[in-house]
Amino acid sequence: MHETDMTKALIMTVRDWWEAQPEQPNITHVHLTVGRFTCVEPVSLQFAFEVQTRNTFLAGAKLIIRETPLIAFCHTCQAEYQPEVGIQYACPTCRSPMEDIRSGRELKVDRVEYAAPHSEPSAPIQPERDSLQSKP
Amino acid sequence: MHQTFDAALGINLLHANQEGADHNRAHFDEWGITCINIMSSPGAGKTVVLERTLAAITQDLSPSLKAAVIEGDMTTELDADRLRQYGVPVIAINTGRSCHLDSKMVAGGLHRLVHEFNPSEIDLVLVENVGNLVCPAEFEVGEHAKVALLSITEGEDKPLKYPVMFQEADCLLITKMDLAPYLEIDVDRIIANVRQMNPHATIIPLSAKSGEGFETWLSWLKAQVNLRKSQKPSTSAQTSHEGLI
Repeated sequence: MHETDMTKALIMTVRDWWEAQPEQPNITHVHLTVGRFTCVEPVSLQFAFEVQTRNTFLAGAKLIIRETPLIAFCHTCQAEYQPEVGIQYACPTCRSPMEDIRSGRELKVDRVEYAAPHSEPSAPIQPERDSLQSKP
Repeated sequence: MHQTFDAALGINLLHANQEGADHNRAHFDEWGITCINIMSSPGAGKTVVLERTLAAITQDLSPSLKAAVIEGDMTTELDADRLRQYGVPVIAINTGRSCHLDSKMVAGGLHRLVHEFNPSEIDLVLVENVGNLVCPAEFEVGEHAKVALLSITEGEDKPLKYPVMFQEADCLLITKMDLAPYLEIDVDRIIANVRQMNPHATIIPLSAKSGEGFETWLSWLKAQVNLRKSQKPSTSAQTSHEGLI
């Protein structure tokens, strides 16, 4: 459900970059990192992205999601381990609680790929601002 | 020629919400107000716990806490009306179909609060989030501490299934304890499951019906307020992590 809001945040983040460019490029790919220990479901995000970018400057752009595993560090064992999400979070060796998360909380726009503006015959469509704003 | 380029952004998706949350918190600090974000699944008992909390706060306690509520409700003012009976400032934020409060919505509520009431007469703002165990965990609103509720009717496995909420919580209220004799529920297992991912949260089993646990809960709230009262305004405050269990 909140993938809609996450997608809005994603589009607005990319739009800030896009608008800051001297000439607005045609974005072809958006690369995103999503950790396993976040509340974001990549499949829902993919769907929301496709729907919400229609008729915007991101129309046709592909969303590439890289998922990062949940990795915690156990200070008692001085070792990393991978908790099993939904089943077991404590250290499998000594049962210490999961405290130090080293990977899995990422929600990050890594990079965008784009074509130079002049190499694209049709001008990018202006974003519909209203459709991208959060509800008041 | 289709030459492609690459631009590194490296921007957190929630940066805009986070900036808004930090801005809200700076206002709270400036006014000497402690803000608590209260989250749970629908029906875990947020509103009734708030009712009993406000009843206790407005009736006794010396020096009494001066509380206000920012109430997130999807479509109605039903919860806000219930809380207004206790004579405290209540600002209802209609969240529409959104499944969580974000920092922008709370900023709107905050502006209404200080417009309609005097912030120097408030020392505690309780934000009741939208009932949902998933999304509110990711959207900070400017709170100093997060409180999660889990009712014993929801089952022992919920902390394992919705770990982000329980990992982020500074305080966990295990609610509806009066129903324990009628259910096959192992409260110790709930606590053990939470402890797997959160060794620091204060865990308080309570019942809004019998009043069990409320003394501990109210002293936790008071400690939160006193912690920030004792600090200079606009210093970013750490929440206390004394485990009562």
